[in-house]
Amino acid sequence: MLYSSQETIKIDFTHRQSAHCESGVCSNLLYHYDLNISEAMAFGMGSGMFFGYLPFIRINRLPLTTYRCEVGGIFKRVAKRLGCRVHWQTFRSPQKAMDALDQQLALGIPVACRTGGYWLPYFPPAFRFHFNMHNLVVVGKEGDDYIISDPVFPDPERCSRSDLLKARFAKGALAPKGTMYYMKAVPQEVDLAPAVRQGIREVCRRMLNTPGPVIGIRGIRYLAGQVRKWPKKLGEQQALLYVGQLIRMQEELGTGGAGFRFMYAAFLQEAAALLETPRLVSLSRTMTEVGDRWRKFAVLGGRLCKGRASADDTYDAMAALLLECADGEAAVYRELLELTR
Amino acid sequence: MKIDDVPQDRGMITDDRREVCYAVDDEGRYVMTGSAGWEPKNIANRQAWELIDVAAAQALEKVHAGKASPLAYHMARHQMSLGLLAKYAGIHRLKVWLHLRPGPFAKMSTPLLRRYADAFGILVSELKTVPDTHVSRSGDR
Repeated sequence: MLYSSQETIKIDFTHRQSAHCESGVCSNLLYHYDLNISEAMAFGMGSGMFFGYLPFIRINRLPLTTYRCEVGGIFKRVAKRLGCRVHWQTFRSPQKAMDALDQQLALGIPVACRTGGYWLPYFPPAFRFHFNMHNLVVVGKEGDDYIISDPVFPDPERCSRSDLLKARFAKGALAPKGTMYYMKAVPQEVDLAPAVRQGIREVCRRMLNTPGPVIGIRGIRYLAGQVRKWPKKLGEQQALLYVGQLIRMQEELGTGGAGFRFMYAAFLQEAAALLETPRLVSLSRTMTEVGDRWRKFAVLGGRLCKGRASADDTYDAMAALLLECADGEAAVYRELLELTR
Repeated sequence: MKIDDVPQDRGMITDDRREVCYAVDDEGRYVMTGSAGWEPKNIANRQAWELIDVAAAQALEKVHAGKASPLAYHMARHQMSLGLLAKYAGIHRLKVWLHLRPGPFAKMSTPLLRRYADAFGILVSELKTVPDTHVSRSGDR
């Protein structure tokens, strides 16, 4: 080992809590290099907005629904659009992965890692499921503990070496394989406007034009059709599990569907000032309404799971809400595409 | 969502920590604000934990009945499938399948036991025993 485990390293890193791990990591890392980019801005610029209903991929034997883009995508796109150079690395050997982390820390460089949430001891117990898409920044080391800026928690947390090692080498779907990444070069002067425009356009194209029925606006409509069929097709019991899973995917795993809609609305507000396009403010308002509708959907689903609603009208009402969400979002994306031409 | 509508429903988060949400203030501007949790989320989370706990309790029953090895209970308790456990322990799934039976489990060597124990992050002595009743790990609510 190159560095003794007793060495204390504390990088002067500003921890700012955020709603979502990846956009938060992105915003905090850039802030460390004197680029003040809000979480919402990172989310919008990195084209984080998404929808996919993928019934052929199963999580706990239930279909996967995702409200955000692929893991790592936000960071990659933000870095590319701002012209940052990023070092990405995965490992075979856990020992080497930890040594590489220690080396960068010793140089005073904050290092982001992708981890499995199940193994992080500071997670509240109710959050500890096997999901391997959690991003955090390691900002120091004290004795056997690492100091971790986990953007979804209010304060920096601590995690022992063995726990962090386990989390970085979590197994199963989308195993992180020790993934770590850090900034090699960050430009001092950046022009945000073109990056924002690119970010918006990519989301709009993806949500409106992805072929096939399961992704984007078509995906939301397809899900609406499926939700309507669930009670007959699956039986009462299984249908409730499907609804529960849908809500968990929407609201729990990384701020959730409605949360992402609100974050995108916040981004549109910032973009309105940046691009000097006041029309974006009213689109932001529409997006907020869509987010409120997603939340209403979760409320209905929650009531259903708790057995406080009659099943027949609820599934139909939920499907109707989804169609409203689809219409609302589609209108926003179409106009955004026009405005950023 | 307006700031006043940001839910503060205790459940999944049991301590004083808050998660951040985006909400609009009186002038319509977006701000970040803390939330203690939200009931629909809590319900869905509870449902997921019920599934885990039912599976663990069933496994425990089998262990008590002598139809499965303690490994089966610990696997269920750690929300693992046979395939996931095989990956974590670095042991072939067929062997894991075998070790889920009481007979082959009793014949396992200590190094092999340790690999399973390490996969769960528990001691070998804990691996060999099971409690009388299953206690949920979802945090008390």
